[in-house]
Amino acid sequence: MDLFDFKDGREGYYGQFGGSFLPEILTATVEELKACFHECKKDPSFWAEYEQLMHQYSGRPTPVTYLPNLSKQLGGAQIYVKREDLNHTGSHKINNVMGQGLICQRLGKKRVIAETGAGQHGFATATMAAKFGFDCKIYMGEVDVKRQRPNVFWMENLGAEVVAVQDGQRTLKDAINECMRDWVSNMADTHYVLGTACGPHPFPEMVSYFQSIIGMEANRQIKELTGGRLPDKVFACVGGGSNAMGIFQGFFDDDVELIGCEAGGLGPGLGKHAARLAYSDASVGVAQGFKTFFLQNDDGNMLETQSVAAGLDYIGINPIFAYLWEQGRVRFEAATNEEVRETLKLVMKTEGLIPALESTHAFAKAVEEAPKMGKDEIILINQSGRGDKDIFTVADALDDAHWREFIKEKAAQYES
Amino acid sequence: MSLKDYIAERKAIRTPLVMTHVVCGYPSFEDNMKELEIMNAHGVDFVELQFPFSEPSADGPLFVKANQESVDSGTTVAQCFDFMAEVTKRFDFKVLMMGYYNTCFKMGHDNFIKRLKEAGGCGYILPDLPIEEADELHALSKQADLTPVILMTPTNTDARLAQLGAASQDLVYCVARKGVTGSKTEMNQEVITFLERCRQATDVALGVGFGVSAKEDIDFIAEYGDIAIIGTAALKAWEVGREEGLHRFFESLGL
Repeated sequence: MDLFDFKDGREGYYGQFGGSFLPEILTATVEELKACFHECKKDPSFWAEYEQLMHQYSGRPTPVTYLPNLSKQLGGAQIYVKREDLNHTGSHKINNVMGQGLICQRLGKKRVIAETGAGQHGFATATMAAKFGFDCKIYMGEVDVKRQRPNVFWMENLGAEVVAVQDGQRTLKDAINECMRDWVSNMADTHYVLGTACGPHPFPEMVSYFQSIIGMEANRQIKELTGGRLPDKVFACVGGGSNAMGIFQGFFDDDVELIGCEAGGLGPGLGKHAARLAYSDASVGVAQGFKTFFLQNDDGNMLETQSVAAGLDYIGINPIFAYLWEQGRVRFEAATNEEVRETLKLVMKTEGLIPALESTHAFAKAVEEAPKMGKDEIILINQSGRGDKDIFTVADALDDAHWREFIKEKAAQYES
Repeated sequence: MSLKDYIAERKAIRTPLVMTHVVCGYPSFEDNMKELEIMNAHGVDFVELQFPFSEPSADGPLFVKANQESVDSGTTVAQCFDFMAEVTKRFDFKVLMMGYYNTCFKMGHDNFIKRLKEAGGCGYILPDLPIEEADELHALSKQADLTPVILMTPTNTDARLAQLGAASQDLVYCVARKGVTGSKTEMNQEVITFLERCRQATDVALGVGFGVSAKEDIDFIAEYGDIAIIGTAALKAWEVGREEGLHRFFESLGL
């Protein structure tokens, strides 16, 4: 399956989804980006350069780990995990960011901007900018700045300027709007490092391309570990959808069931979650440069979203998934905040892994389905990020009394 | 009378023509009406009624705030069309719907065109709808005799401007500079060159916007364009001095 040949339709479209809905002022900039990316994509030495960079800088290939304790306890399928948490900066975000850094170099631009929700993409972008010598500005909703201070700390110390966005809901979507505003003013020297497989063409294609390194490795690794077998099911969490696109691309042509796990938040109901496809509250719209399913009202204004995981807390889903969902190729499920909290505790205690709250959504659905599967069946989960960097959020999510005590004492120390 | 004839007729009275802007429901529909009374008294030729959207990514800080507060206070698309109907009945200036494409997409192209026509609008400006995506909407507009106002920008190549020109009718919106709405534009040689390129690309009237705020800007547009588009500066004047502030602002523009 080649989603990106656009032979049967218009460039940048996946069925009826995708496209490029941008202010006219960006037309030339996006054309230039498209041309540069497609040139790189055709050039085998570009991918080799990218892979080399990821090996040396980010510790790739990341391993696939077998989880014998959890598999045994659940009594069903054998569970394996692709360890994107072991990347430098702690998540899969670095795959996309380093790739776009190479593109930015080829474009001859000296400045990068990026939006960030949980802060992982901003953190990765600040890291890339430091390594490549770019000026870097990160836009982050004020609400997210407040709940993700450790990531803001690292971004600033890596040399990036972090702007707390005061508009709208003051979260990820508002940070994206602010990036657009910066980009329409500074496109001549600035590349916009969009963090997920959303936004206008060519971003969904480009982000998917760099993230495909996950699936390529995972396909090879799982076969090595299981004597040539492929997984029966692959689970990945879906906010914008870049980590899921990354791992799923390794299995599109195989008889493997692919399950995208969205943020169920407080459960179904307008404004209570960020599940665009698993629940039936979203509808097709055009915003932030592309056409897809958005959580919006009848007038086309976006709704509030809710999730324990800031990285999944987004109004729209990547257009490729909207299409693959319609085609029945990817199934979508939602995990609620409560399920995520319970699953995180289970995974930590049985296997010593600490998945990010985002990734724990994928674990939650795998844990639910594994017992119903046979012992000879195989599940692969994408652990897109590590949870220990989220210690403040996780401690709150788990309502940890000892941690609260520690923070109070620390605050008292600062005040004295 | 066709929009083309309207523009010609008004041009005979005063150049440049003037287009102003209000964000529906901000601060309130009552205040919008007061703003429009003053704009009408100063002889504006066109008014954009912006339908507020939750993600106004092409707007600058003041219009972002206006969009947001209007959405938050519960302004609906239906109310905006009702307001437009009231406005077109009451005043002689022409009214354009301005907004983001999702407002139109969500209600359906047919329905959008029908409602706009019924409300007495003469066209629409959707800055995030590129011409590549606009075939169906433009065809429906033609049947309904509504004008889609296309944007031309300084970063466009001559070839692209020619494409935009070919898709245009009656008037185009020339964006005088990069950036979002509301910051000051220096009307200099660069802008002149850009407007000359626009003129090459199309025969229709050139509206010039982004940062128009002083008499010099109006005089400049009289020379190099056809319609001065005043957005943020008028809202700023209203925010500072309400009726009196807006009135004095238009006076300062020589209108």
